[in-house]
Parts: sequence; structure tokens; C-alpha cells
Amino acid sequence: MNPLLDIENLWVRFPTRQGTFDAVRGISFSLGRERLGIVGESGSGKSMTGRAILRLIRPPGIVEADHIKLGGVDLLEKSEKEMRDVRGERISMVMQDPKFSLNPVMTIGDQIIEAYRLHNKASKSTAWTKALEMLEAVSIRNPERVMRAYPHEMSGGMGQRIMIAMMLIPNPEILIADEPTSALDVSVQRQVLDIMDKLVKERGMGLIFISHDLNLVADFCDRVLIMYAGRIVEVCDADKLHDAQHPYTRGLLNSLPRLDTPRDRLDVLTRDPSWSDAPSVSGRA
Amino acid sequence: MALIEDNGKGRARASLPPWIQTAFLTIGSIAMTMLGLLFVTFIIGRVMPIDPVLAIVGERASQSTYDAVFLELGLDKPLIVQFAYYIWDVLHLDFGTSLLNARPVAEDIARVFPATLELATLGIFFGIVFGVPLGVVAAARKGSWIDQLARVLALVGYSMPIFWLGLMGLLIFYGILGWVGGPGRVGIFYVDVVPSVTGLILVDAALDGNWDVFKDAFSHIILPASLLGYYSLAYISRMTRSFMLEQLSAEYITTARVKGMSEWDVIWKHAFRNIRVQLITVIALSYATLLEGSVLTEIIFSWPGIGSYITTALLSADMNAVLGGTVVVGLIFILLNIFSDLLYKVFDPRAK
Repeated sequence: MNPLLDIENLWVRFPTRQGTFDAVRGISFSLGRERLGIVGESGSGKSMTGRAILRLIRPPGIVEADHIKLGGVDLLEKSEKEMRDVRGERISMVMQDPKFSLNPVMTIGDQIIEAYRLHNKASKSTAWTKALEMLEAVSIRNPERVMRAYPHEMSGGMGQRIMIAMMLIPNPEILIADEPTSALDVSVQRQVLDIMDKLVKERGMGLIFISHDLNLVADFCDRVLIMYAGRIVEVCDADKLHDAQHPYTRGLLNSLPRLDTPRDRLDVLTRDPSWSDAPSVSGRA
Repeated sequence: MALIEDNGKGRARASLPPWIQTAFLTIGSIAMTMLGLLFVTFIIGRVMPIDPVLAIVGERASQSTYDAVFLELGLDKPLIVQFAYYIWDVLHLDFGTSLLNARPVAEDIARVFPATLELATLGIFFGIVFGVPLGVVAAARKGSWIDQLARVLALVGYSMPIFWLGLMGLLIFYGILGWVGGPGRVGIFYVDVVPSVTGLILVDAALDGNWDVFKDAFSHIILPASLLGYYSLAYISRMTRSFMLEQLSAEYITTARVKGMSEWDVIWKHAFRNIRVQLITVIALSYATLLEGSVLTEIIFSWPGIGSYITTALLSADMNAVLGGTVVVGLIFILLNIFSDLLYKVFDPRAK
């Protein structure tokens, strides 16, 4: 099977006064029509990986790779203008907190319609109907009212469902979800995930799910990449995550409380400098 | 029983349409602020070591003349009564008589204020038209040559004394190049040619269809207006730049880029929409400052505006004129503030 996305030797660098900081250091992986989880702690480079795929790293940041192939075409060879046809239409992204990722002074309807009309020649009324359908698909009750509302009138869970609707309306092939539930209450996390999962499956999309929540990823994804210091240290099937071998992954797992085996004290992660020097593991299926 | 009636009243008021409530609140706050302003000008008028009677009758007047004027001015009454009279007068646009020319101060202000209004409006227009785009581009291309240029322009604008720039402007563009008209609002041959309807010469000339006067007036106003515009530009462009930088680092900007939007649309349709409220405050403040009358500019360009009027009055201890001018300037500030508050509600859905 041809992968949707294939990345070879991806680097993200930031030149600073103290020298170059490498946020992502030569990782390679592929994505099929699957749910691929990327986990790691803050600063491990997982968000940077997501943004680098869309070429959204702002200068002075630099993205380098042997290739980032989307359907066989290297995104790095595209001009900025050609990239705009990729963003939204072929690869989309849902970000962490809908409070900040929606424009506060535009109605929700305008923002969704805009996302649709950027890639489809459609009249305003067609786009309005499309947006209504999309809001219904993410289980928004009373979508007519929501279309005319502003983001500050929405709850976090609704905001994130709106965000998903907005990002899926141009029908992309790949969705990058960057900590999509971290800002939400636990009670609505599951609901948002279920909606996202259903839509991704229905449309046969590939999903990159970036998270620091190991249990969530183990539960929700098909395959998991574990990142540490800008490299992939381990790749495994999500249902076998709890049998992971790498000491970093083990350390992370052991630092989490478990209902079935309660412990008085949780382990603290002890880091081995050799982890960050070890070569990146290939994340190809 | 009284309590129940009160409750009933409270409910009736709460059920008024929100815009009427807002209107009442707005009018109430204007009235309170004006009252405060009048109180201050009244007190200043009383504590100044200038005897208002002597200022009118002169030092050699007889005691009986002095007493007559003293009574006429109501100075024998308690302060609170005097204050009430003062408010009554101001509400009837009566600021007293100017000591310099024995004309009502209100008439003088009605004559000089349009000159300042014309100059300030054209000035702020330049400031907005050039300052806002410059600030936006400087933020979008942070660190580029245009950002550096904007910084130098703003720095020069902040630090050059306006009288020096004004004199240099006159020397170069009027004296040497002859591109613009000299000091004054119009050339000597055009004074009082068009009937004064609004007091704004450009508007009056256009209404009269007298394009010769219009051209002449324009050539006179363009230099001082550009100068004032430059100073507002310096301030407006700097503020626009920093507002834009803040918005451009916001997460919803990334969202817009993820959608596949062009950078131009990201900047103007998303980021710029979010700075409108802050920008309105900055522009309103700049405009208010210009409307206050820029004394130095008005003096250098012999511009008969409110700035030079108040200054002249102050230097000759013409307190009625000074206080009248102060009240007008204060009123402008209040109205501009209210106006920008109203615009907030239009531009920011969260303020509703």
C-alpha cells in the first residue's frame, strides 16, 4: 500500500545566539490511512513535526528533509503559493485550545465558510448549507444559532468540535491533531475524540494524533511513535504500548498512576544521556 | 408598601431595551464628567490671583464703579450660587466676554475652532492613511528594511521639535521651492471671498464652487497638516506595529494559515480585524490632541486656531477666554472618548 505521507530525515532547526537549536533531529516515518500517535513530553519535537509537515515553521526556523512526500510529491519543492493549495485542502490541523485558535471577532459561520470557499468555488448560500451540514456532523445542536455566534459564546468542547468541522470541511486527506483534547474537561474529551474518529474513518483519512497522554494514545490510535529530544526512540502498535521496551517509554508508563495496580509512590523518570544520542528509529509501517 | 413599589420600578427599568439603557448611561457619564470639568474650571477661575473686576474696570476706576461691577458679576453671592450661575451660563453657551476684544468668548471660539478642526482633521487623515499601513507592513515584515524605515521615521517624529521642522518646511517648500502657500489660512487676496458657512475654508469654498479659493486654501493648509500628520503617523505607526505583532503571534493566525489563506488575507482579514478596537483608542487620542490646538504649529503658520487663541488669552490674563477654551477642549476629549467607546461595541463582539 502506498502511504499517504512519507517523511525522510526531517530536521527543524532554530538558529539562536548560542548556536543552532535542533527541535527535530532527522526523523523518518510514514502515514497510511491510519491513526498514528506521536507521544513525548514537552519539547520533544512532536508539535514541531506537525507544523513542519504543513511548512508552517516561521522564519528564522528552518525545515530540512530528504523529502516530505504527499501522494508521491515532495512538499519541500512546492512554492509558498502551491503550499496554500495543500494546506486545508489536503492536510489540515486541529490545535490545542479553541479559545485561542478561533478568531474572536469573526462569527463561527464566517470562519467555517471561509475555510470552505478557500478551496471550493461556491456561492455563499451553498457554503452556508455545507457549513450547517458539517456542524451537524460534529453533533452541534442548533447549528443555525451557532453559525451566527462568536467563539467566546461557545464552551471548550463545542469550540473544539467547531474547529474539527472547520478543518474537515474542505475534505482533506490528512488531519494533524495537535493535542486536540488537552485543553478540554475530561468529561468532553472522549466525546470530541469519538466525533473526530468517526469522521476520519468515514472519509478514509490519515490522522496524526499528537499528545502527551500515553493512555489516551494507547486507546485511540493504531500505531505510536515515541519521541524524545527530537528523535523517535520507539515505534509500536498502540495496543502493545504497555509492553514497550525502550527505557524512556517504560519510565513514562511507570510515572502514571493505574487504577488496576495502585501504588503508594509513582516512579520519577531518570534520564539517560545516551537516549538523545541514539539514532532515530524509523517510523515506517 | 414603599419597598414593593421600589421593586416594581426596578423591574420596569430593567425591561427597557438595552440600547436605551446604554444611551442613558452614556448621557449620564457625559453629564457627570462635564460637571467635574466645569467644577475644576470654576475653581481655577476663583483661585487665580487675578481680580476679575479689576481686569474689567482697570486700576484707576473709582470705588463705586468697582462695586457696581462686583455686584454685576455676582461676586457677592456664596460660591455655590456662583457655581450654579456659571453652569447655567455655560449651558447657554455663555462663557463671558473676552477682556481683550470685548466680544463674547463663545463667538471667538466659534470663529477660531473651525480653523483648528480643519487642520487637525486633515492632519489625522494623513496620520491614519500613512501610519496604519506602515505599522501593519512593519509588523508583517519585522526586521526588514521597511520595518527599519518605519522605526527611523517614528524616532524622528518623536524627537524633532515641531517648530524647527515647521520652519524648515516653510523655508524649503514655501521659500525656496514655492510649492505651497505661506502662513495663514488663505492668501491675502482670498480673505473673506467665500461666505462662511461651516468655518472650514475648504468646505466653504467647495460649497460656493469657488475652486480658486479652494486651491489657495489647500496650498496653505497642506504643509501644517502634513507636519501634524507626520507626528500622528509616528505615534500611530508605532502602536499599530506593536498591536499587530501581538496578534500575529496568536494561535488563530496559525489556524488561518492552516486553512490555506494567503498571507495578505491572514494579515488584513484576520489580524487587522482584531486590532481595530485598540487602534480606535490610539487614533481618538491623537485626534483629540490635535484638536486641542497645536500651539507651536499654529504660531509658526499664523494659523488662527484655538491653540494660539488660548495661549494669547493666557498670556494676557484673559481668564474668561482661557476657561471657555478649556471647557471646549475638555468637551472634545469627552465626546471623542464616548465615540470610541461606541465604536468598540461595533467592532468587538465581546463588548456587547
